[in-house]
Amino acid sequence: MVVRKFTCIECPKGCRLIVDVEDGKVARVTGNECPKGEQYAISEIENPVRTLTSTVLGQGLDLKMIPVRTNKPIPKSRIFEAMDEIKKIKVKKPLNAGDIIVKNFLGLDVDLIATRKAE
Amino acid sequence: MIKRDLVIVGGGPAGMAAAVSAYENGVKDILLLERDQYLGGILNQCIHTGFGINYFKEVLTGPEYAGRFIKKIKGVSGIEVSLKSIAVKLTNDKTITFLSPGRLKTIKARAIIMATGCREKTREMTHIQGTRPAGVFSAGLAQKLINIEGLLPGKEVVIIGSGDIGLIMARRFALEGAKVKAVIEIQKKSRGLLRNMVQCVEDFDIPVYFNHKISRIYGKDRVEKVSVMKVNDNFNEIPGSIFEIKCDTILMSVGLISENELIEMAGVKIEENKTSVPGIFVCGNSFKIYDVVDSVTTDSYLIGKLAADYTLS
Repeated sequence: MVVRKFTCIECPKGCRLIVDVEDGKVARVTGNECPKGEQYAISEIENPVRTLTSTVLGQGLDLKMIPVRTNKPIPKSRIFEAMDEIKKIKVKKPLNAGDIIVKNFLGLDVDLIATRKAE
Repeated sequence: MIKRDLVIVGGGPAGMAAAVSAYENGVKDILLLERDQYLGGILNQCIHTGFGINYFKEVLTGPEYAGRFIKKIKGVSGIEVSLKSIAVKLTNDKTITFLSPGRLKTIKARAIIMATGCREKTREMTHIQGTRPAGVFSAGLAQKLINIEGLLPGKEVVIIGSGDIGLIMARRFALEGAKVKAVIEIQKKSRGLLRNMVQCVEDFDIPVYFNHKISRIYGKDRVEKVSVMKVNDNFNEIPGSIFEIKCDTILMSVGLISENELIEMAGVKIEENKTSVPGIFVCGNSFKIYDVVDSVTTDSYLIGKLAADYTLS
């Protein structure tokens, strides 16, 4: 068994998690003040993910840069690939916060959405 | 002179929450002044997630968090928003003067809420020796350049201080393909939230030097390098510890200061939840520096209610 230590990033509290790992699987999580901590620890061991936020270029809109995010976390290992795609995007039509800019982004079953209204 | 029931200076999270709260508590004649061309304040450039966990019980980005309040404010007729309007004078008889394109206006209010936010500490306040080349930015300015203007201010970055904005910007520069060479923190541990040490710094293998400080900035036209030294607990140099880091950009993330010049010019003193002048209130980062916006919203709601009670009494 291996003991791993993490700081939970689910909220600003930053609980110190102690995670017992057996054969690559989480056996026990302690130190978490809420259930999110346990989920985070399992994800960190088995498939670390992050919500990616960035901006895409607006053309002919009131915002030059439109802030975007993935609507679900994506694997950490795909972050830079995702950034390469984001840099190619140009938005020409007005949109609202929450509107989908790229559906099924990188084939990850995740959408890239706008986080601010642009007219 | 034009008279209004309540004037709120600042359309960031504090001013917007105070406006909504005052409206909900019965004030139907509110003027909200915002110097930018949009409501939202600093939230508009804080495109990362982590907002709203306490207040909305969900994880939002800055623009999304701001958007919820903007929607509320636009949905009611009792709150008039005046954009591109910068307050230039406040007096203790509750008159406020502001400048907006092509006009200077003075308004007499029954109550005023100052929600003018804060500023970043600068290089000058940290007494770093060296030349004065281009390439030294406050972290929040760099954030604005990247996230609002779409400009990347540099390619090899050293961040001074480990405040949250600096850490967030370490990640942002890394995502944009810049090399973040170091975060230099004079104290023993991070000043920012632990989660930001993890998701902004460790995730991108950015070296953090605790108990270190920048001793000198080098460069003629543009920043060329910095020298860094280890310090003891009294922040004094540990001899022989100096080393250099090549970089073209320095970000300062060494703290925030409440922006209170108008209040000071009016001779008004800030007290808990109110000021020395009945009917003039302060909320948000101009009252004190907050870690998370959710607390700004909660506290500003209270100030909005107090101002409403005062206005209607």
